[in-house]
Order: sequence, then structure tokens, then C-alpha cells
Amino acid sequence: MKNAEVNGPAASEPAALRRSNRSLTGKLWFFVAGSFAFGFALVPLYRVLCSVTGFGDQKLLTEAVAAPISAANAAEGANAPTAAGIDQSRTVTVEFMANLPTVGNWEFQPVQKTLQVHPGQLYEADFIAHNLTGHDTVAQAVPNIAPGEAASWFHKTQCFCFSPQSFKRDEQRVLPVRFFIDRALPAYVDRVTLSYTFYDVAAGVAAR
Amino acid sequence: MAYSATAESHEHHDHKPSGLWRWLSTTNHKDIGTLYLIFAGVMFFVGGSMAMVIRLELFKPGMQFLDPAFFNSMTTVHALAMIFGAVMPAWVGLANWMIPLQVGAPDMALPRMNNFSFWLLPFAFTLLLIGFFVPGGAPAGGWTLYPPLVLQGGDSFPLAIFAIHLMGASSIMGAINVIVTIMNMRAPGMTLLRMPLFVWTWLITAYLLIAVMPVLAGAVTMLLTDHFFGTSFFSASGGGDPVMFQHVFWFFGHPEVYILILPAFGIVSEVIPTFSRKPLFGYEAMVYATASIAFLSFIVWAHHMFTVGMPLAGELFFMLSTMLIAIPTGVKVFNWSATMWKGSLTFEPPMLFCLAFLFLFSIGGFSGLMLAIAPADFQYQDTYFVVAHFHYVLVPGSIFTIIAAVYYWLPKWTGHMYDMTLAKWHFWLSTIFVNVLFFPQHFLGLAGMPRRIPDYATQFADWNMVSSIGGFGFGLSQLLFPYIVIKCIRGGEKAAARVWEGAHGLEWEVPSPAPYHTWETAPSLAVIHSGGEHWTED
Repeated sequence: MKNAEVNGPAASEPAALRRSNRSLTGKLWFFVAGSFAFGFALVPLYRVLCSVTGFGDQKLLTEAVAAPISAANAAEGANAPTAAGIDQSRTVTVEFMANLPTVGNWEFQPVQKTLQVHPGQLYEADFIAHNLTGHDTVAQAVPNIAPGEAASWFHKTQCFCFSPQSFKRDEQRVLPVRFFIDRALPAYVDRVTLSYTFYDVAAGVAAR
Repeated sequence: MAYSATAESHEHHDHKPSGLWRWLSTTNHKDIGTLYLIFAGVMFFVGGSMAMVIRLELFKPGMQFLDPAFFNSMTTVHALAMIFGAVMPAWVGLANWMIPLQVGAPDMALPRMNNFSFWLLPFAFTLLLIGFFVPGGAPAGGWTLYPPLVLQGGDSFPLAIFAIHLMGASSIMGAINVIVTIMNMRAPGMTLLRMPLFVWTWLITAYLLIAVMPVLAGAVTMLLTDHFFGTSFFSASGGGDPVMFQHVFWFFGHPEVYILILPAFGIVSEVIPTFSRKPLFGYEAMVYATASIAFLSFIVWAHHMFTVGMPLAGELFFMLSTMLIAIPTGVKVFNWSATMWKGSLTFEPPMLFCLAFLFLFSIGGFSGLMLAIAPADFQYQDTYFVVAHFHYVLVPGSIFTIIAAVYYWLPKWTGHMYDMTLAKWHFWLSTIFVNVLFFPQHFLGLAGMPRRIPDYATQFADWNMVSSIGGFGFGLSQLLFPYIVIKCIRGGEKAAARVWEGAHGLEWEVPSPAPYHTWETAPSLAVIHSGGEHWTED
């Protein structure tokens, strides 16, 4: 069906026009490939932006802090007893939230809903998780902190969110998190919410 | 007529294979333009019938006809069919028909790719629409495809993703074709700043398309691998972030809304000067305003997601950059108004639709400004106010100008005049009912009615009923459109080459109907200069 008549003018184009059409088309396809790659490049870019601003940065939210006294406190309280690192004059309300992505196959809640804390002091809060999926499984808690600005000053020394948790069928367990709030927490923040979403990741773990 | 001599000598070119094979194998820009326009018309009625189903369910509070999942499929597929099936193919169809005629080129630069890009579309929409017949039903997570909801869809999820891949590939190829045609195929003497504005707006649109359609392809590919291959781009359990999808999606999505509207600006800039019998006011300002809008569209995306929890600096940046768009858009509206100032106006159907565009698109623009105000948006987010806003810019914006373009060039395509009286009926019914349909949705939204719900609290009942009546009226009056077009194809008063006495531009230099092959010999400089879009008053 290669009919010059049907193809019409395209077939009678001068060779120069064809060459320049081909070259521009090639460049435009290259541009398209670049745009496609840019879509994927947004993923690491987004992570970088998150770690710069602290908003929803999973690395920051799940990182363990070794010592309960931060660098800021250490510099100031180097020749004072450890308790001097605690700011008794200030009280911050910490709220605990537990979320589940689906309903019906887990129970997951904080033991206490709120805690009044002094910056610089180490605290422990407990969450209770109950596996109702009817089989042995693995779950992973993903933390979040609101307001986002507070995330950089909310330090966890121990957390069940650091690694996937194995649960036997019908097992119920208390999951502790140990944390302290940095004394450098901006003064306007008087309330911090720590939330966990508890994902069943058995399928993902098996795939890995 | 400058054209007649060449038309005569090339008559022998006009034979082509007959029947179905002609349409499957055609590489002629007019044939492909026609195919695109027919496809867009069919999808307009497919998507429109879904809108009728939505308005039927919302006619009264309570669940009357549908189950909620099917209702959600209706809103989702209505949007996908209208955006990717009706408006975008209609613009590509008009580009195919008119750009070679307007720049004095014999055809599109890449005729075979042109054929391929059209024929991808029926397959794309077959994939999308067979979703209704697979377990789990058609996609129901909204056209924005937000995870994790979209990942919970049934078997239609991968079908929809592949459909979007095909639509994207089709429009990318269409856009490349437009760019190469405009850059390489213009007749000698048709300088860039002599091009008609429809060509200019399409050139800018085409660049937007190749910049953002691949990003959408990437985003839906990430959804696909999240669902089937264990990646966690957007799954928080694996360290991903569903909010990131919204960023990637709207990086595509906001330029996309300008892809839908920029060619409309081109049409209005052709039609208003013709029926005002005056050159377009501020031609170059129009070109630069279009380019500024296109540039700004890349840096405003997060105004679609003010409520996800952004830093204050982000909210402010996206709020202010969004409001900035009102400036070049205001330039355009001013220039169109100034074009009409002291013109000898007549009100043929294309002009009527463009005038309605001017008023109603501005209403959509103003509600857009309201939505741009971040603190106010916390109230408007995901309410019917948003629905009213984007339907005001898309229906009297894009759809009305597509109709205006068809009424403007239909005599050129068919060689016949259409039934003006019926077309005016079409205009008045459309314009009255589109307002009855969408204006009350502003009230519903401000009163707090959420979008994408099949049932609602009883205080929303009255305006929903009004809106539904408007919807049925608008839907029924659109049936006039194919009737008028088909009647015109079949026959009618013979149209002159220059159909409208005030029309300028190369397309009016060829006979009506436009022969199968045009501008095989490029138009002369004299013809280009006399027919230039922004001819000077001298």
C-alpha cells in the first residue's frame, strides 16, 4: 500500500526538509525522555527536600538517638549533674496517636493518650498491638510528628518503629518507645503529636 | 483567488483508497484531523452520558439508582473520558486540520506518526472502558489516581494505567508533530510573529505536552510497580510517601489544565477579530502572555494540595505564584475586549460562543483566584466549589471554544454553510443551561457539600435539583451539535472560500471545501502578507 499518491506531499519533500524534520523530531524525543526521567528524579529530590525541611522525613523520624542529652544540652550542662539538662520550668504536652491503614485485622492503641513532659528528660510511652489477622505475621510502625517543625527536636532512643515486629497469631504485646524532647525546641511549640501507623508488611517481607 | 491555479493542477492527487482502508491507513492531515474530531465527539457523548448518570443520582438526596462504588466509577471515568478523550483529541484534531492550512504547509511534518498517534486512542479508551466489565468495576479512585486508594482498585487498575500510557504516548506524538510542523514546514515568509494565534498557542501547548505527559507516565508507572512489583514509592509501610504522588501528579496536572485551555485562547483570538472586523489588539502581548502562563504553570502545582501539611513558606510561594497567573490572563481578556471596542460586531454562532467564553471563563478565573488563597482554600478544598470552578473553565472555556472553532471552520471543511438558526439555538440553550448546571454548585461548595459523594445532607437538596435540571438541559441541547454538523456535511448553501467577510488568514485563501491536498506550492509572500492574522490597518 506504499502509494506515493496517497502519501502525497510528504513523499515529494526535498531531502533537506526531511533531514531537518528528522533531526528536530530526534531532539524532541530526547526532551520527552528527559521529562520521563525527571518524573523519577522527583523521588530523590522530594526526599532531599524533606530532609532539608524536616517535613515527613522518614530517616529523621525513625533514627535512634544514642544519648538522652543532646549536643545543645551537653555544651551548656557540661559541669552540671545530668538533671541540670532538664528544663523543669517548661512543660510540653505530647499526644500519642495510633492509626491502622485497614480496619478489622489489628488492634493498635497508645496506653496513655497524653503525657506532660519537661524538655531534656527521658520518658517512656507504651503502645499495645494485638494481631487479629488469624496468622503469624510481621508488622512495621511508621512514625510521624506534628507539627513538622518539631520533628528535629523530638528524639527517640528506643522505638518499636526502628524495625519490623514479628507477631504470632493472636499475640498481644506492649510496644515501648523511649524519647526526650530537646531543650532547643522552639518556644512557640507547646504541644507535639507522635503518631504511628501500623502496617502489616508480611507480604513485603516475604517478597524481600 | 491566489489559490485557484494550483488547485486546478493538483486535482489528480485527490484520489485515495476508498472505504475503511482509507481511514485506517490515511496520512493526510485533513483525514486525521477529521478522525480526531469524530473520536472527540464520540467521547464527549460517552463522558457526557456519565455526567447525566451522576446528575441523575444527585437529583435528590438519598441513594436512588446506583451503588456508591459505581457512582465513584462514573466521576472517575467521566473525568478521564472528557480530559483525555474529548478535549485533548479535539484540540489535536483542530491542530491537524488547521495548522498546515494556516502556516501554508502541504501536510503535517510526520504523517505516519500522525496516523499512529490517532489510532492509539481507540485502543486506549477500549482498555479504559472495559474496566466496567472486569471484577471490581471501572477505576473509582478519582481521575487524580491518588494512592493508596487507587491501589485498592479491582482488576481495572492495570487497564487504566495502560490506557493512560497509551493516551500519553498518543498526545506526545501529536505534540512532536505539531512542533516539527510549525518549526520546519511554515511557508517562506510566514515568520514566527506572523503566525495566527491558534498556531502560536498550539506551539506552546505542544511544548507543555512533551514536558509533562512523560511525568504522568512516570507517576502511573510508579503506581503500577507499587501495586505489582513490591516497590514502595508511595507506600508508607516501605518508606514511601503518598503525598509525593500528589506532588508528581500535580507537576503534570497543572500544566495539563493549560494544555486544555491555551488552544482555546488561540481560537478566541481568531474568532473575535473576524466578527469585530478589526485586527486583534496586542498580538505580541498575546503571544508573550501565553508563554508566561505556560511558564507559570510549572511552578504553581502545590495549590492543588494546600491541605496536605506544607511549610508556611511553601503555602505562600504557591499562593502568590498562582495569583500571578491572573496577570497574563487579564492581559488576554483585556486584549479581546479591546479588539471588540469600536468594532463592527456581528453575532454569528462562533462569535456567540466566544463571547460566552469571555464572560464565563472569567467567572471560572475569579473562582480560581479565590481557590488560590491558601487560608480560604482550607475551606474550599474538595467541595463543590472546586467542581464549579473547574467546570466553568473547562465547559464554557474549552468545550465552548471547540464548538466555536467547529462553527468557524465547518464551512471550510464541508463546503456548505450550516443551519445558523439551529446553531444559535444550540448556543442559547447551552449558555443558559451551563449556568443553571454549574452556578449553583458554587453555593453548594461554599455551604460545605463535599465533591465525589453519591448522597448528601438534605440542606443541599434544592440547589442539587436545580443543578441536575441544568445538567439534563445542557446534555440534551448538545444533541443539536452532531445534528447540525451532519446536516452540514450532507449539504447546504455553498460556502465561499472566505466564509466570513472579516476573516483573515491563509485558510481562507483555499477553496471551500478545502481540497484533499493544499499548499503543495507554498503561498506567495503577497498572499501571506495580505492574509496575515494581525494585518495592519492602513
